[in-house]
Amino acid sequence: MSERHLIELQVNGEPHELLVEARETLVDVLRHRVGATGTHVACEHGICGACTVLIDGEPARSCLVLGVMADGHEIRTVESLADESGLNDLQEAFTACHSLQCGFCTPGMLMLAEGGIPHLEDTSREEVRELVSANLCRCTGYETIVDAVEQVAQQRRSEDPTVTEGASA
Amino acid sequence: MSEPKMSRDGAFIGASVRRREDPRLLTGAGRFVDDIELTGQLHAQFVRSKVAFGRILDVDLEATRATPGVVAAFAADDLVMAPIAALLDRPFEQFRPTEMPVLAHDTVRFIGEPIAIVVARTPYAAEDGVEAARVEYETFDAIVSTDAALAHGARRLHDGAPDNVFVDVSLFDTPGLDEAFERAAQVVEMTIDSGRQNALPLETRAALAEWDERESQLVLHTPTQVPHLVRTATAASIGVPERAVRVIVPDMGGGFGLKCVVGREEIAVAAAAKRVGKPVKWIEDRKDALTASFLAREQRYVARAAFAADGEFLAFECDVVCDMGAYSCYPFTAGIEPLMASGEMPGVYRLGAYRVRGRAVATNKAPTAPYRGVSRPQYVMLLEQIMDQAGRQLRMDPLDVRRRNLITEFPYTSINNITYDPGSYLESLDLCEQMVREEGWFERQAEARAQGRHIGIGFACFSERTGYGSSAFAARKMLVVPGFDISDIRMDLDGTVTVTSGTMSHGQSHETTMAQIVADGLQLDISRVKLHQGDTDRITYGFGTFASRSAVIGGSAVQLAARALGEDLLEIAAHLMETNLDNLELRDGSVHRRDTPDERLTFEEIARVAYLEAHRLPKGVSPGLHATASFDVTNDGTFSNATQAAVVELDPDTGAVKILRYFCVEDCGVAINPQVVEGQARGGIAQGIAGALFEEVTYDANGEPSCASFMDYCIPTAMEMPDIRLAHLETPCIYNETGAKGAGEGGTIGAVGTILGAVNNALEPTGTLLERTPITPRAVHAAMTGGTR
Repeated sequence: MSERHLIELQVNGEPHELLVEARETLVDVLRHRVGATGTHVACEHGICGACTVLIDGEPARSCLVLGVMADGHEIRTVESLADESGLNDLQEAFTACHSLQCGFCTPGMLMLAEGGIPHLEDTSREEVRELVSANLCRCTGYETIVDAVEQVAQQRRSEDPTVTEGASA
Repeated sequence: MSEPKMSRDGAFIGASVRRREDPRLLTGAGRFVDDIELTGQLHAQFVRSKVAFGRILDVDLEATRATPGVVAAFAADDLVMAPIAALLDRPFEQFRPTEMPVLAHDTVRFIGEPIAIVVARTPYAAEDGVEAARVEYETFDAIVSTDAALAHGARRLHDGAPDNVFVDVSLFDTPGLDEAFERAAQVVEMTIDSGRQNALPLETRAALAEWDERESQLVLHTPTQVPHLVRTATAASIGVPERAVRVIVPDMGGGFGLKCVVGREEIAVAAAAKRVGKPVKWIEDRKDALTASFLAREQRYVARAAFAADGEFLAFECDVVCDMGAYSCYPFTAGIEPLMASGEMPGVYRLGAYRVRGRAVATNKAPTAPYRGVSRPQYVMLLEQIMDQAGRQLRMDPLDVRRRNLITEFPYTSINNITYDPGSYLESLDLCEQMVREEGWFERQAEARAQGRHIGIGFACFSERTGYGSSAFAARKMLVVPGFDISDIRMDLDGTVTVTSGTMSHGQSHETTMAQIVADGLQLDISRVKLHQGDTDRITYGFGTFASRSAVIGGSAVQLAARALGEDLLEIAAHLMETNLDNLELRDGSVHRRDTPDERLTFEEIARVAYLEAHRLPKGVSPGLHATASFDVTNDGTFSNATQAAVVELDPDTGAVKILRYFCVEDCGVAINPQVVEGQARGGIAQGIAGALFEEVTYDANGEPSCASFMDYCIPTAMEMPDIRLAHLETPCIYNETGAKGAGEGGTIGAVGTILGAVNNALEPTGTLLERTPITPRAVHAAMTGGTR
């Protein structure tokens, strides 16, 4: 039995005080202690990205982060995307484009896109493809995921007042 | 990009209805097995063999049991679990019956084979317990190739299979075959090898079992494609009645065939949960999923094909050897791969004479389960390379060799005794070629070649038998004969409909497509229909989802059940409205009079009578609204078909294969939901490309698998996958209720051969032919430079 630590996490805006083992991964803490099971585990060695969450706004593999390392940080998971008015634009685009089949990789893909879109320079298809290539999907062949992320990235960019036309061209 | 099928006016069938699964899966509200938490739940992991072949001398679980957090540890002798036996009704010379113990007790036959189950308070403690276990072995030399397994004097893996052969069938042997080879203008010889692959659903295998004392029932939550077969195998193994096992499948993260066989681990978890009296959960880790679950596709085809001068396919002879690993899988048996290949070649081509031998060989590797397409990706790859090579030898356009031989008149009874229903074999090839031509790829290839660049174009024509009925599996001599499916439908008193199907969606969108069928059948809005699957207590039996069977068979059962319910509604309405049945029709969630169309009874009004005012029902009609129907395929089934094409460029420095463009013209009959069909096509093609270019599990001389993580088993990312241009043809199925043919596997079946054909087309100037997948950069580079592979 490894040593235990008291940690504080903000998960989707809610504060949590948790007693965790030193060896417990963040994804296990989120899933089994916080009860946010939307984030999935598929490889536990940082390749597939199914466990992608946002730590202080940036996409991270929550299987490669220990719960104790996240102490004091702000975490966002897939459960934060929709609100009372319904799905957000990214979720809406995923269903419109048929970007998911079994749905197991989907929460990680959504959080990867949510955190990655602001960093895109020109939202070109090739740039979006490279972003999506961070995570694995076994069902779709990726094309429709790239479609959805590209569409939302371009839409958000066109609505962003800080981006001037042709600035990154 | 695609050219969508037209939707039928006002109907749900044929429309790309938004997926009803999506809202929960997009918001994190999906519920997979690992998301379920039961009170008092314990966690299991397995002590697994560290040697590929050996005798177990001692299993010492003392230190395991003393590990903090460990509650119990059981080896084979500690739990009552009968072995799993997958059987064929064939004579010994064709099939050697063997067993797969739930936990290995005497002999271990592959690295990763489960020996003991450790149950602990946390998953972490369970792993501590596994680490503390000590197993002593007498080690034998591992048998890691079919050649070694078949060698004279090789040590036998199973006493029941003295020559390490599970299955050995010789079929057809058409009279005149040898003479046809003698008079042939050209004989093509080809040896095709396919590497061992993992189907790799992103959700690994899992089980959560609990003994429910009140129901005297073991409740097993597990992601399986075949819930009732897991129930049957589990009940038989742990020695309880069939009704004492209830299998529940929540959301499921893919399967692709790997989850359509019964695993040993779920049975061991069930037995352990029953013993400890608490819920026990097992979540397979990725290393075990890669090395110790089920693999597929390691096959060799040695073939000869005879052609006349005009390209006629005269004769074909093939020896198929499949490396099935250590055990025969339940219920399909180790015959799954060789029987599929032997029985279904020569696919879409007319052929004069055929002789085939198919063998399933035992080796010290993780066993084989069906994987999307089962042998068909491999035999299509073989046949398409043969067509290309025949074209080269005969100096004919290889597409014209195909055209010379494609089946064009239907129904067509082939040399393999299968009768093919109508398809668009020639039309799909013509359209696919036209798409490639329109985009100018033939010219671009010629220009590139003139510049010394290596661009290749490959084609594959194929069909896929979908919806194997009971008769097809019985013909394989399976003792457990899948085939039919049952659907149960009920209307509640508010007029909403719940339909239960024995099929099991795990990405295929059944909640949407089956609801579309019911909505059209009953003429009500899709929002009023809910599909239920994945609970063996909700339907008497079913065979789940595999072999592209769900739309064809399950969908037909659902449609028949809806029709029966509709007839009940009409009968009650006729009585209440005091008119004849033929004066009534179902429309907009109501029963309307034809003579006075404004006069109607809503389904809700009728259902209210059926439940709450039963005294108003016609004489002899039972209260309630409920119907059951079943469907089976009694002929050779229905064949989807497609032609795929790829344009690739080879990198002369690295040997890397870049896919520049991909085309697919598919025909799966009536597409119930075109967007879902396209999703299946794209995803299927991606898995075919994965097998063609990237994925392989290899073993070293000691039987140690090379791939224990995603660092060594390289599944493609978005960077490796091309965008795919899809087009559709529609030749409806004439045997079933919906006109739909299966669409689950075709993408994969064609893609491996398409890519190999394109690479070989690019290599033509070098005079080298590649005959093995995955096509590695090393092999391509060697072919381009004349070096060794």
